[in-house]
Order: sequence, then C-alpha cells, then structure tokens
Amino acid sequence: MTHTQKRIIINKIVMTLSTLSALIGIGFLFWILAILIFNGMDALSWTIFSQEGAPPGYEESGLKHALIGQLMIVGVATLFGVPLGILAGTYLSEYGQKSHLAETIRDISDIMMSAPSIVIGAFVYAIVVTPMGHFSGWAGSIALIIILLPIILRTTDDMLQLVPSTLREAAFALGAPKYKVIMQVVYRGAKAGILTGILLGVARVAGETAPLLFTSFNDNFLSTDMTDPMASLTVTMYNYATSPYEDWQKIGWAAAFILSMFILSLNIIGRLLLFKKKGR
Amino acid sequence: MATIIDITEEKELEVKNFEFTYAGADAPSIKTLNMPIAKNSITALIGPSGCGKTTLLRAFNRMHDLYPGNKYNGEILFKNRNILADREDLIKLRIQIGMIFQKPTAFPMSIFDNVAYGMRLQGIKNKTELQDRVEKALKDAAIFKEVKERLKHDANGLSGGQQQRLCIARAIAVEPEVLLFDEPTSALDPISTAGIEELIVELKEKVSIVIVTHNMQQAARVSDYTGFMYLGELIEFGRTEDIFVTPKERLTEEYITGKFG
Amino acid sequence: MSVIIDKIFSFATKYIAIAILFLVAWIFTVLFQHSLDAMEAFGFDFITETKWAPNLEKFGALPAIYGSIVSTFLAMLLAVPLAIGVAIFLSELAPAKLKSPVGVSIELLAAIPSVIYGMWGLFYFVPIVRDVFGGIGISMLTAGIVLSIMILPFMAAVTRDAMNTTPDILKESAYALGGTKWDIIKDIVIPYAKAGIIGSFILALGRAIGETMAVTFVMGNVHQISTNLTAPATSIPVTLANEFTEADTSLYYSSLFELSLILLVISFTIISIAKFYFLRNKRLAS
Repeated sequence: MTHTQKRIIINKIVMTLSTLSALIGIGFLFWILAILIFNGMDALSWTIFSQEGAPPGYEESGLKHALIGQLMIVGVATLFGVPLGILAGTYLSEYGQKSHLAETIRDISDIMMSAPSIVIGAFVYAIVVTPMGHFSGWAGSIALIIILLPIILRTTDDMLQLVPSTLREAAFALGAPKYKVIMQVVYRGAKAGILTGILLGVARVAGETAPLLFTSFNDNFLSTDMTDPMASLTVTMYNYATSPYEDWQKIGWAAAFILSMFILSLNIIGRLLLFKKKGR
Repeated sequence: MATIIDITEEKELEVKNFEFTYAGADAPSIKTLNMPIAKNSITALIGPSGCGKTTLLRAFNRMHDLYPGNKYNGEILFKNRNILADREDLIKLRIQIGMIFQKPTAFPMSIFDNVAYGMRLQGIKNKTELQDRVEKALKDAAIFKEVKERLKHDANGLSGGQQQRLCIARAIAVEPEVLLFDEPTSALDPISTAGIEELIVELKEKVSIVIVTHNMQQAARVSDYTGFMYLGELIEFGRTEDIFVTPKERLTEEYITGKFG
Repeated sequence: MSVIIDKIFSFATKYIAIAILFLVAWIFTVLFQHSLDAMEAFGFDFITETKWAPNLEKFGALPAIYGSIVSTFLAMLLAVPLAIGVAIFLSELAPAKLKSPVGVSIELLAAIPSVIYGMWGLFYFVPIVRDVFGGIGISMLTAGIVLSIMILPFMAAVTRDAMNTTPDILKESAYALGGTKWDIIKDIVIPYAKAGIIGSFILALGRAIGETMAVTFVMGNVHQISTNLTAPATSIPVTLANEFTEADTSLYYSSLFELSLILLVISFTIISIAKFYFLRNKRLAS
C-alpha cells in the first residue's frame, strides 16, 4: 500500500468518525428536544395556566403562580438590568473606548458572563436575604440583574462599535452635543443589534435556576408581593421534578416546555432581527 | 469568431470543448473553450474580471471539486488522459499540477515544514532527503539565502514577497510538471513583483506554466503565449508578441489598448 | 443647558460602568467575610478534610472539590472529541443544505437552560446508567455524562466558529499539494484555529465546573470520595444547591460561603486563563 493510499484510507476513517460523532452529538440533543416536546405537550392543558400550585394528587393543579412569579422576577430584572447595562456599554464604546479602564471593565464583564451563577445567589443571600430576614422576589431579581448586567453591557459595547464613526462625525459636524449624537444617531444605528442583545440576555437569565434557589426561593401559591418568597418556573420545575409524585413531575415537564419555548422564541426573534439587519 | 492558433511545441495540456458551470448557476461560466498549453513555456490568461480566466485555471487541478455542485463538460487532456473524468485521482493530479495563489499562503508552521509539507504528504520521511529537497526547492525559488538561518522559524514572519516565493518553493518541491499561477503578484509591491516574475521565467525550464494575470504588462513581460478571454469565451489565443502587437480580434485590441477592462 | 446634560450623561454612564468593577470586588469581599468563621475554625484543613458532617459541625470540602474536578474531567473527556467531531462535520463535511440548519439547531440547544438538561438526565439517563453500569444510577458518571451533553452545543459551536476563521485560500493551497480533507484539517485548520479551539475548551471547562442544575439532579449530594464512578457523589455547586437553605448554624452557613468563594476563585482563574492566554482580542461567545 502506498503512502497516498494509506492517507486516503485514514481520511475515510476520520471522516466517518467525525460524521458519527456529529450524529451522536446531534442525536443526543434532538433526543432531549423530542422528550421536551413530547412530555411538555402531553402535560399542557388549560389548568396549567389557570390554576395555582396544589398538593400532589389534586386535579386542579397548575403553574399560574410560577408563570406570574417568573414574569415578575425576570421583568423587574430586565427593567433595571437593561438600562443600566446599556448605559455602561455606552460608556465603554463612546467614552472609554480603548482606555485602560474601559478594557478592564470589558475583561471583568467577560469573565462575569461565564462565572457560576449559584455564587451570585450566595452573594445576594448574604446582602439581601439575611438582612431582610426572609427570601423575596426582589432578591431573585437582584441576582438576575447581576447576571444580566455584564451581558447587556458587552453586547451594547460591541453593537455600538459597529456603528461607523463617519456617522458620529457627521452628526458632530452639525454641532450636536455628544449625548444627542449618541441618543439620536449611534443608538439608532445599533438598534437591531442592541435589541438582539437584550433578547438573548433576557433569554439567558430567564433560564437561570441556581441563583433563585435561595433568593426568591419558592411559593406554591400565587403571590405578587415582591417582598415575599416567590415562585419561578425554574425553581418550581426543580422542586416538582425531584418530587416523588408523578402528577407533580408531569407539571414539571409542562414548566420545562413553556420555559424552553419562551427562551427559544426569544433566541429565534433575536436572530431574525440581526439577520434582517444584515440582509439590508 | 475566435482566433486560436495551433502551437508548434509539444502540448502539455489540451483543453477541448471545455464548459464549466458553477453550482446553482443557470448558464455556464465558460462556453466551449479550446486551447493548447505548450510544454516548458509560459501561457498567460488575460481578460477583464469575471471573464472566466481564474475559473479555467482552477479546472486544471480540479480545485472546483472542493465545492459541491460545480459541473465540468468537455475534456482537458494531460498525458493522454482526460483529467475531467470522474475516475481521475485528484490527489495525484494535484501533485503533478501545482498552484500558486493570489495571496501568499504560508501554512501555520515553520519555513522548513512549509516546504516539506507536500513531500511529507507523499510519505517521504527520510530526514536527509527532506533536507536536500527543501534546500533545493528554496534555492530554485531564490529565497534560500534569505531564510537559511531561520528554517525553523514560523513562516508567517516573512514578508509578503518572501512568503510568495516560499509558496513557490513549496509547490516545486514536489516536482510538478505544471504550475498554475493565479494572479501571483496581486498582493505584492513592485520590487517583489519583479522578483517573482523573474523567477517564473526561470522556472519554465523545468515546468510548464499557466498564469492568470490582471496586469497586461506582466503577461507581455513573462509569457510566450497569451489567451484573451471575455465573458467566458476565449476570444484570441496566440504567441504573446502577436497578441500584443498585431491582435487579430477587435475585442483583443480594444482590451490591450485600454478601451475597456 | 445641553452642556449640563452632556456632563450628566457622560458622568452617569462612566460611573455605572465603574460600578461593575465594584460589584465584582463586593462579591469577593462578601463571600470572604462570610467565610471567615469557617476559615478560623478549620483553616487550610477545610480543603483537605474529607468529612462533611453538619450534625457534628465538621466541614471538609475535599469531597465536593473532588466531585467538581472529576465530574468536569469526565464531561470534558466525553465532550471534547464529540465537539471536535461535530465542528469538523459542520465546517468541513456537511453538505451546504445541512450546514446552516444543523448549525443553528446546535446554537439554539446551547440556549436551553441547564435545568432542563438536568431534568432529562434524571428521568431518562439515570435509568440507562443504572441498567448499563449498575449502581443506583445517581452517580458521578451520570453527572459527567449529563454535563458533557450540556456543554457540547456551546463547545461545538465555538469550535466550528474558530475552524471557520481559516481562510479558504490556505486550505485550497494545501489541497493543491495533494492533501486529503483530513490532512487539511489536522495540518492547516486545527493549527490555524488552535488558540481559539483550546480557549473555547477551557472556557467550557470553566463553565462546567460552576454548573449547578445539570448535575444537581443526578449526582446525589453524597459527601464521599469514591473511585467508583457509579457511586453517588457531590460537587461544590451541588452542595450549595442542596444545603444552602438548610444551614442552621453559623459554622455550617460560613462553610457554604467558603465553598462559594472557592468555586468563584476556581472559575475566575480558569476563565481568565481562557480569556487572557488564548482568546486575547477575541470576544467571548455568550
């Protein structure tokens, strides 16, 4: 066998292995997706949306409390995290630029984006839950804000930097003050990108469970008081799935399905936004 | 009507009724093209961008096969066989027909390993043989003196002109019979360009050369034969001095006098 | 007037940005302060002690540290070859029609919350591990496998992106010398994208070691060091998730904070290595 023949055979083997590993990897992932859809659709019903949590064995058991709790915790986190993140990102791109300070903030934010979220939960437990004396929806939101902030900051920074500097210069040349240039020209130029960043960031924190375990904790009933412990889809999912009751486990799958669909939709919308922008 | 002369030299390659269609395209990019490539001489392909000269060049070593869906028709004869045939051994073909690209393509490895790469692919492991052939290739590519002290250094540390000569050394190290040059000096400064042109002319003693260039002076300076292409057709093919001094076709004349392009 | 607004705007953006740095410093400080009781009580023994017995007020972090390291190592062992395979498939092998749909699905799967991977692991993978490898199915091995599946999409997507940065012309020149696809991948694409690939693996490692929900379901939270991979185990995040709300004494509470601090320091270190050593000038994929 010549060397070239050997190479051709090795090539075939490796390519087969690669295709195989791709099939295995993709197979696993689609398995999870299939299970999620199958179990989720099976568990979905109107009661899931209309009823609060109930003890195991009750027919009228749903996720209304967790859905509303989730929306409130994530909503409040978005309400604070997004504007703060955008402003901080604006500093990096428009004022700090390549300065030492700006680069340090970028680096630290990048690291924070991958830092373990459960540690953020522990931190918020120490600074919010302990002083208050009990778990609360606020504590959950604060934990999520801390996770959301670096994500929004970095995407805003990146997206603003994509706006051509000639656009800024043209606005300055008309005598506009810097804040107006930023608000009216730069933000507008980066609108789609920032929006995508927000959607992906919110999708990311909406799936967080670990930092909520000991901040917002859980509540099996509907509560809209952010100073009280509050249910979320993720923590409810965890509690129900690890419970020994089959009907609770089933509701857990419904929660998993609803949450995944929400997160996937945000991701898909975000991508479409960016795609449309690129297409133009 | 096209004017295509016959050549007196031995033919290294012969293009016969060649047609090429890119994947997904309705119309062919090259239409019924006939042309000889003379042995141990330099054939230049010129024409405005989009005329199909690079497309034709990349058919000689079947580069188009890297991207699925591209379609060849007709024949390209090389050593009495049609290299467009399905059963063609592309690895062997590409060893026999080497290629230099429009930008230097130093691999992410040392200077020595770059030049040895093609030989190693063929299974040559003997250290002295590799050393001798790398040295010879570097000498033939007129770059040995500049790099002999730093053969183990990363090839990306070389200048653009040096990298391009390194790529030529890498291509000739496997002793091909044909070398394809795809606008080899388009990324280089005038001094490096002159060096590469000189080298190409020297190389024709050993190999047959096809060069695509957007630079008409370059074609006039280095080539023995010139083919002028326009909109996927070969308009005129002849001896370089004839093409540039007494073109037979009106289109050729207009192109070389700069009326379009 | 607009001069004043201009000042306020630049001032506000700047101090909000700087606040991020203070926030991170604050996180470290708070975790440190709350760990002090445990540090005073156990000193350095905390990380070498193998016994974790809340009822005896004895806290040793070694089983959790061991579990974090072993489960992450297992996950990497499985995920790295798979991720490379998927990345090669996506960047070099897949027909054009498959590339983009498969690539996008992988990216979307990377967005699925880890709690769902954990749930899948509990209901579908635990029984398989029990049947195939024995034990109760809740084990270090299960945690490693579920973790590997969870980090796979991220790793594959980033590895593919790194491989795709190899210029076509470079690959073509290697093909022009008679290389096969595999020759081109191992000699050109992987060396060219090396820093990006290694960086993304280390980054995935940093994320995996701090991952909570994917493993909490399937690890068992048993503080023991066992070489038997099918035995239940624990990791730092698993311990935190299970025990934080149960800490009834200040020493217990403080020990959990010391665990958090250790985890944060480990992750920060790993992610920094990935970022500063391999991914300099490259944005971390989110």
